[in-house]
Amino acid sequence: MENEKHTIIPYRTLLSVLSVLIILTLISVFLTQISLGTLTVVIALLIAVVKSSFVLRIFMHLKFEKRFLSTMVVAVTLLIAVVIFITLLDYLYR
Amino acid sequence: MNQSIDIHRDDEASKTGMWLFLFTEMLLFGGLFVVYSVYRLLNPTAFHLAAHELSVPIGTINTIILLISSATIAMSITAIQKNNKKLSLLFLSVTLVLGLLFLVNKYFEWGDHIKEHIYPGSPVLALRGQGDVLFYGLYFFMTGLHALHMIIGMAFIGFIAVRVYKNKIDSGNYALHENSGLYWHLVDLIWIFLFPLFYLIT
Repeated sequence: MENEKHTIIPYRTLLSVLSVLIILTLISVFLTQISLGTLTVVIALLIAVVKSSFVLRIFMHLKFEKRFLSTMVVAVTLLIAVVIFITLLDYLYR
Repeated sequence: MNQSIDIHRDDEASKTGMWLFLFTEMLLFGGLFVVYSVYRLLNPTAFHLAAHELSVPIGTINTIILLISSATIAMSITAIQKNNKKLSLLFLSVTLVLGLLFLVNKYFEWGDHIKEHIYPGSPVLALRGQGDVLFYGLYFFMTGLHALHMIIGMAFIGFIAVRVYKNKIDSGNYALHENSGLYWHLVDLIWIFLFPLFYLIT
């Protein structure tokens, strides 16, 4: 197990991911400060999803791990999304 | 008996176990996000006005601090994989300092709210109506739970730093180091969603 090959992520990759994350943060701050109505929620959450996929794939190594880990992450995320969706349906249309 | 032959180590199992634990954390915060969305839906005006009182600049600075700390712990793992103990310790210390900085900002942020008599159970807050009570109740609980995770994460990282210093973690044995990184990134991940939900969406 020890001698299994393991990907070492270069410093440069980590730094470029960090700059992308900071730029995305600033974009989402900027876009939500100007009034866009309901679109604000969609934009802010969409950017948050993009940012978390960077954190999950690079910082948390999922891109370089075996497939089953990322499959489980997607499954748990979908589970939470479905629970939120069904709960909101109940509150909106009861 | 030769012990060195019998020592069994399974890094992949250790990592999988860490991920399973992280899933329970995701479900914990996921549940809180459900509560938040429902109450936001039921009290749109109160949540809109209350969210305006949070400081976007402080929130943005804290987000950037946390993102940098996530990058530095990832770099400390790269350093230990390249057997650069000194650099790894440096990155771990930077991560700890940034985590502390985040908490200090949070302390002043909470302090300002509490000075204005806004805290869970405050009679002044109760007078402002149910929507405000719910918004600030969730704000204090969710950011507080997040801060608690940061404190635990910092203790974990401090423990890792000691292990690296004592040469118990090196380029051939860093599974625990990676797990502390995973935990810290999860704390970052949660904040990536908390920040827009409380500060940006008004």
